[in-house]
Amino acid sequence: MFQVRIHGRGGQGVVTAAEMLSLAAFREGRHAQAFPSFGSERTGAPVMAFARIDEREIRLREPIMTPDAVIVQDRTLLLQVDVFQGLGDRAFVLINSSHTVAELGLNELAARLPAGHLQLVPATQFAMAQLGRPLPGAAMIAAFAALTRLISLAAVQSAYRERFSGKVAEANAEVARLAHEHVQARLEEGVHV
Amino acid sequence: MFKQLEGSQAVAEAVALCRPEVICAYPISPQTHIVEGVGALVKNGTLKDCEFINVESEFAAMSVAIGASAAGARAYTATASQGLLFMAEAVYNASGLGLPIVMTVANRALGAPINIWNDHSDSMSQRDCGWIQLFAETNQEALDLHIQAFRLAEQLSLPVMVCMDGYILTHAFERLDIPEQAQVDAFLPPYEPRQVLDPAEPVSIGAMVGPEAFMEVRYLAHAKQMQALDLIPQIAAEFRQVFGRDSGGLVQTYRTEDAETIVVALGSVLGTIKDTVDEMREAGVKIGVLGIKSFRPFPLAAVRAALQRAKRLVVIEKSLAVGIGGIVATDVRMAMSGSEVKGTTVIAGLGGRAITKASLHRTLAAALEDKLDRVSFMDLDTGMVERHLQREREKRRTGPIAEALLRDVGTVGARVV
Repeated sequence: MFQVRIHGRGGQGVVTAAEMLSLAAFREGRHAQAFPSFGSERTGAPVMAFARIDEREIRLREPIMTPDAVIVQDRTLLLQVDVFQGLGDRAFVLINSSHTVAELGLNELAARLPAGHLQLVPATQFAMAQLGRPLPGAAMIAAFAALTRLISLAAVQSAYRERFSGKVAEANAEVARLAHEHVQARLEEGVHV
Repeated sequence: MFKQLEGSQAVAEAVALCRPEVICAYPISPQTHIVEGVGALVKNGTLKDCEFINVESEFAAMSVAIGASAAGARAYTATASQGLLFMAEAVYNASGLGLPIVMTVANRALGAPINIWNDHSDSMSQRDCGWIQLFAETNQEALDLHIQAFRLAEQLSLPVMVCMDGYILTHAFERLDIPEQAQVDAFLPPYEPRQVLDPAEPVSIGAMVGPEAFMEVRYLAHAKQMQALDLIPQIAAEFRQVFGRDSGGLVQTYRTEDAETIVVALGSVLGTIKDTVDEMREAGVKIGVLGIKSFRPFPLAAVRAALQRAKRLVVIEKSLAVGIGGIVATDVRMAMSGSEVKGTTVIAGLGGRAITKASLHRTLAAALEDKLDRVSFMDLDTGMVERHLQREREKRRTGPIAEALLRDVGTVGARVV
């Protein structure tokens, strides 16, 4: 079983991102579970959502405390929430940011994780260019696909096309493509810091 | 057909497949997505010949459902928590009058202190209201139980409450097998009421009954629930024939054949318990699980049969009878009366506190060493409790308890659990 925790702020589509991740995995024949953590679900407040992917039925209903991957949709949460709680030494980390690892003060984390496992994605930038709104979900999920290879870009795009329609679906599909390409390029260059 | 859906949406689709004629809706978390979902299906024409009524309160929701059901319509509503309390008088009337309404309770804690998260306090507060109460373990079971609930309700002329864990199930997206309309139509015949308000053949429903017959009317309500003990497994068996999967029934056992210790629970926590039990089995512990699917009627014989060879029982429940302890545990003890089996009650997950595999491992390890109290509280912060008790010993005006404990906790939402 592969467990993903998504951190973001109310209004950034954190729950939708977890749902899209589960839908993409479902479309590839996997069992997937996505669920939000309800708390202070006001706009702008820190929120969390979880996703599990497995080859068999998922019975577990606990929150994800030892994630295999953490997705951070808002880098300012690094100062506020223990987003890396329970993170193992083989885990993947994706952060929505156009800064560098050093600028975010994450050199130590980068050193602890295997090469390439920490990736920064300018997801808001991609979303603003294509969607005109700061909704980083599609970019982060596509970046997750590129980084972990657990799901394909096509599955992510088709999940967005199933959930949304018209221009929104296509803009999200394009955001996904850009983020996927971005992470793939970084991985090919061997860049991770 | 398999779909990746939110539990609430799946229940909405299942309810629509049952062709309800009246749906009463009043929003309350975590039930809201369900009635929104059915509302959308009425609006877009998927669910035809259905009156979707936005009412002004939960009391009105149940009152309108009563009126609709008495007029011969298949009626549905959903609620949670304070909403269920607010409709309580009408809830008793629906069962007392023998009206086969189906209601989803998206389980949530009761205030005060106000809390929107999951536990079973709301359904348990109505355990003696005369409704049948079925508890879903998974979202697949939740949607399947709604289809069974209409059959059961209408066959017996009794209302049925389908209880599903708020958020944990209602807001979880997973792979679900959504039945075909033809399958549901084959399983659930059109509603043929035992009693109906019909201007052509006028009757009154709801007579005042004095001491001369009140006991007998109430006894018949009990007798009907006893009939449900036979009917629930029959309907589950028929459901399996039509839909090809096991859902519902009175109880479900898991790895109990040679189990010395059996964990008893209801609702979605059974999944996490089963995963924990698998790990304990790998370590050589003879342990199994009994899931109670029908809480009212309470299947005394089925529970006893499932537990009779065990040496130790651990009842884990998301409800607290203040002043005694367990609610489910009391009924389990009744089922086991005369037996020498050791029983402990674990109150867990109140107000949305996560029940984790780690907590279950700790609790069950303590149970195996006979170190659990008769009633214990999983993951209770005894330090926090003791600090407040100390404050109360030291001074008179300690102020409101909830606020004092929140000050002790500090920043909320900075950690995962």
